[in-house]
Amino acid sequence: MATETPTPLLATPSHGTTTPPPERRKQSFGAWFRDKGWRHVVAVITTAFAIFPLLYVLSAALNSTGTMAGSNVLFSRIDFGNFEELFSNPNRPFGKWFMNTLVIGVVTSAATVFLGALAAYAFSRMRFKGRRVSLLSLLVLQMFPQLLAVVAIFLLLNFITDVVPWLGLGSQLGLIMVYLGGALGVNTYLMYGFFNTIPASLDEAARIDGASHVQVFFTIILPLVTPILAVVGLLAFIGLSSEFVIASVVLNDPDSQTLAVGLYSYVGQQRSENWGVFAAGAVLAALPVMALFLYLQKYIVNGLAAGSVKG
Amino acid sequence: MPTTTASPAESTKRSRTLRPSDSVAGLLAKIILLGLVDAFAVYVLIVLFLQEKWIVLVLAAAVTLLINWIYLRRGGLPAKYLAPGIFFLLLFQVFVMIFSGYVAFTNYGDGHNSTKEDAISSIQLAAQQRVPDSPAYRVTIVEQGGDFHFLTTDPDGDISIGSTEEPLEEVSNAVTDGTGKATELEDYRTLQFDEILANQSEILALTVPFSEDPDDGTLRTSDGSTAYVFSPTLVYDDASDTFTDTETGTVYSDSGEGTFVSADGQQLNTGWKIDVGFANFVKAFSNEDIRGPLLQVTLWTFTFALISVLSTFALGLFLANAFNHPNLRGKKIYRILMILPYAFPAFLAGLVWSGLLNPEFGYVNNTFFGGANIPWLTDPLLAKFSVLLVNLWLGFPYMFLVCTGALQSLPEDVNEAARLDGASPWKLFTSIKLPLLLVSVAPLLIASFAFNFNNFNVIYMLTDGGPRLSDTTVNVGATDILITMVYEVAFGSGVGRDYGLASALSIIIFFIVAVISVISFRQTKSLEEIN
Repeated sequence: MATETPTPLLATPSHGTTTPPPERRKQSFGAWFRDKGWRHVVAVITTAFAIFPLLYVLSAALNSTGTMAGSNVLFSRIDFGNFEELFSNPNRPFGKWFMNTLVIGVVTSAATVFLGALAAYAFSRMRFKGRRVSLLSLLVLQMFPQLLAVVAIFLLLNFITDVVPWLGLGSQLGLIMVYLGGALGVNTYLMYGFFNTIPASLDEAARIDGASHVQVFFTIILPLVTPILAVVGLLAFIGLSSEFVIASVVLNDPDSQTLAVGLYSYVGQQRSENWGVFAAGAVLAALPVMALFLYLQKYIVNGLAAGSVKG
Repeated sequence: MPTTTASPAESTKRSRTLRPSDSVAGLLAKIILLGLVDAFAVYVLIVLFLQEKWIVLVLAAAVTLLINWIYLRRGGLPAKYLAPGIFFLLLFQVFVMIFSGYVAFTNYGDGHNSTKEDAISSIQLAAQQRVPDSPAYRVTIVEQGGDFHFLTTDPDGDISIGSTEEPLEEVSNAVTDGTGKATELEDYRTLQFDEILANQSEILALTVPFSEDPDDGTLRTSDGSTAYVFSPTLVYDDASDTFTDTETGTVYSDSGEGTFVSADGQQLNTGWKIDVGFANFVKAFSNEDIRGPLLQVTLWTFTFALISVLSTFALGLFLANAFNHPNLRGKKIYRILMILPYAFPAFLAGLVWSGLLNPEFGYVNNTFFGGANIPWLTDPLLAKFSVLLVNLWLGFPYMFLVCTGALQSLPEDVNEAARLDGASPWKLFTSIKLPLLLVSVAPLLIASFAFNFNNFNVIYMLTDGGPRLSDTTVNVGATDILITMVYEVAFGSGVGRDYGLASALSIIIFFIVAVISVISFRQTKSLEEIN
């Protein structure tokens, strides 16, 4: 890696090979190191720190010895025994957890996007009494994460269980409802800002042409704001796939649990014994989220920045 | 039914033109949706009525009316768009916060989770003893919809069915064997011997009452084929509001603290929920057993959040500077590889690192430290270090990205000017770049602090809060932060669940978060941005 790109400042000849410069020009190595070399050293050390846990879990997943002690030489053997075992244990239905996470995540983020878009449309396009107060309240409320009230959420669902059992404790629909409590908030802010960038003259024109406010919303505004809808939806999905506290309290039956709750139970008691199978599960659980994340990297950083700057 | 057609007089500012009415499809969709919501609401209202939950019934009815009013009246357009989101927000964010506040002032928890009436009947059911010389009932265990029932044949040959929830009820259509013992009943499935063995604990726990009145006694089995009559040893007297033990004659009376207590201080296990005022807060701050751990947990929460922010920011800033070079080969690859930890789900990161740092079999001890037995997760100080290290691993990429963005947006002419004035690179960085950078990233640092303040996943998955503190009976460990302590007190497996105390602790967190938000609002001036 110790190559350099020529810069006019240093006026070194262009290197087509990966041979580092020191052999040929002792003097310029000092300059090169001060300018760029140390950056490469830092980069290699940091990269190693960043990825060795990931390589470790990948190696453990591919090593069917199964125990933690057996996974200490990276990539000493490669087979898919752990993955087979992962899908064949009826007491720990990984396939179901995966589907549950997917279903809960997709339904919740779709509903979040829809509720958020409705609210953002109202805030962006209408002027009404209490608009400022509502926006401010949202700003304040979203500072308090839902997990702070986990005890009250549990007791509320406990009460709902008595009235409508399929919306109470143990119900995925109940969990989705709880998550929707956080649908407005930072999402509405992101969308509100984006909605404001769509010129109002567009809806005015549509109105004059005879479109109703609903038609304007669905046929004019929504198609124009699709990028922010996608970003908010995917961000919500990524967040939900890691949510543990509320899911662990609401979902008690292994068949209905999510990946976060299920995989925790895999290693919660005896961490070292199921290690290989857990690692296989971790790899499968992490891959889609990581892929999404890298794809959305730019938006996430900007989004988090914008979200925090705005509150 | 009115439509959403708005009159020209409608109050929104954009309504100067005449609004056309909605399409038929739109109207139809609206009627169907509102109809579904109303159907569900009516169902809930009926159930609430049958269960005699009057306060909730009134509230639910009011909400239903409000929703219908919002969608059926003319005008009020913003409310139509805001109502769905706000409904969930009010119920699952605002109400639960207020409810936390209420629970903090009760003794809600294990042994205190229901009304006094429920507690009384549960005490009666629990305190059962076999009636001496009572006759044996022959039973067959049958199952319906996953629930087990007794199909009993009493000494006179009469046959009844019942379960823990449903008192015995005589049936006439059961199939009997040669001895007159009922063996099968329509709609129920008779369990085979191996199934009885497999579900032993549930079957032994069956307590089938003779009637709705627990004083009449119950049937229980110890072998799955015969059952004996049990009757309560504690008898409740309505007039004096006391329980009397039928054997010893001890009288238990209402202690005023949600329990029945005898004169010599013995307490019955099941109590009920009462309001206790500030008792939970007093307990948190004055009970020796809780005050010490709470103080240590609070201090550690602040330390953890602060060091997490500073360490991730420092590393992120350093890396951003190192890579802020116009042509550094491989920059893109480094960047992607370094971002990976941030993309990795946090809960998995905690679990994976707990394996890496496992003292006996872990990779770190075996590979980097040649098999040394370093107690990364079980020594109080090292565990704290490990938690911070893992959080650094998870958090530095974000700070790296943020700082890179901020550095690149700094105006280039400032650098030039400073360089012309002869400032050293270090001087340039500390007195020009850093102050400028801090202006733009300060709000993010506060947000990051607030996030780490409640960073449940890392702590819970990595150390589970451990190692446990030795000087207390509360299940709290050296790396527990406030939110994991709340979770442990409310849902932990150690001592009984105490929702009251847990809520009191979350109220404390609420206040701290509120203070952080005020600071952050002052910082961002976002209040002025809204018009």
